[in-house]
Amino acid sequence: MALFDAVLELADDHLVLGHRLSEWCGHAPMLEEDLALPNMALDLIGTARTLYDYAATLEGQGRTEDDMAYLRGEREYRNLLLCERPNEDFAQTMLRQLYFAAFMHPYWQAAADSADEVIRGVAGKAVKEMAYHIRHAGEWVIRLGDGTEESARRMTDAVEALHIYTGELFEEGSAEGVDALPSRAAVKPAWEAIIDHIFGQALLSRPVVQYPQTGGRRGLHGESLGHLLAEMQSVHRAHPGATW
Amino acid sequence: MSGEVPLWEVFIRPRNGLAHKHVGSIHAADEVMALQAARDVYTRRGEGNSIWVVPSAAITASDPDQAAENFEPTAEKIYRHPTFYDIPDEVGHM
Repeated sequence: MALFDAVLELADDHLVLGHRLSEWCGHAPMLEEDLALPNMALDLIGTARTLYDYAATLEGQGRTEDDMAYLRGEREYRNLLLCERPNEDFAQTMLRQLYFAAFMHPYWQAAADSADEVIRGVAGKAVKEMAYHIRHAGEWVIRLGDGTEESARRMTDAVEALHIYTGELFEEGSAEGVDALPSRAAVKPAWEAIIDHIFGQALLSRPVVQYPQTGGRRGLHGESLGHLLAEMQSVHRAHPGATW
Repeated sequence: MSGEVPLWEVFIRPRNGLAHKHVGSIHAADEVMALQAARDVYTRRGEGNSIWVVPSAAITASDPDQAAENFEPTAEKIYRHPTFYDIPDEVGHM
């Protein structure tokens, strides 16, 4: 079912990236970011929950949002490779966030007109959150890119490391022809405009990617996703059905 | 990192019609980042609908050593408190 697959993909993007951001909790370079990063993580995980719940309803097999999040393995996860990339340093984390939010903001804007009530509801809430993520991450990208020699080097390294994963954002995949959801490919001009606007101030340039990396939508992930899921799912797998 | 970054005082207005109130301080490189940090640190539970940030260095504070001469003389001037009036119930909260 195309809508189920497409909703699950979106949910996986949000949960995996949300988990990545949550890994900064207690480790951020300053107290202010130690609160800001989990704030953003919770925005993403909140959206993931609604989408998993909706996917479970669409599937109609009695699975719950927890089953979706905690009882699927690496090959069953359909998130973008971008979302699972390790945090590395603060520059990479901020750039990854900018890349994702600059896609999701225009995507949710387009979804505000969806005939699907759940999607419209998610879009209405998430569009404001994504606007803030663009602003927060974008301001950091500008300051690091146009900062000290070291911060500029790290920001350039981050672009080098992550830009190859951005093409996957615009692959329609299972969402092809799903009326309830916006076209992913159609978001590209808006995404490029946001990135160019910020990169211009950050003294960065958008590279031409020779060998784009994709595969997440088909369950073909990098090594790091397995480690992420092992940590995220360990409590649920050790204590199935536990509640508190 | 925080040692090199300027300190800002944060003021939040909880509702329209109320005054901005000092809630604490944050570190940030400039005013844009200061507003973001203030939003992230101090408005996570719906505390406000407006934020001010002011460089802590821009605030001139009274000297604690002068607290006695500044503030103690007012303690005995109870006639300055508007507590000698009966306020009708209909007036409500003032």
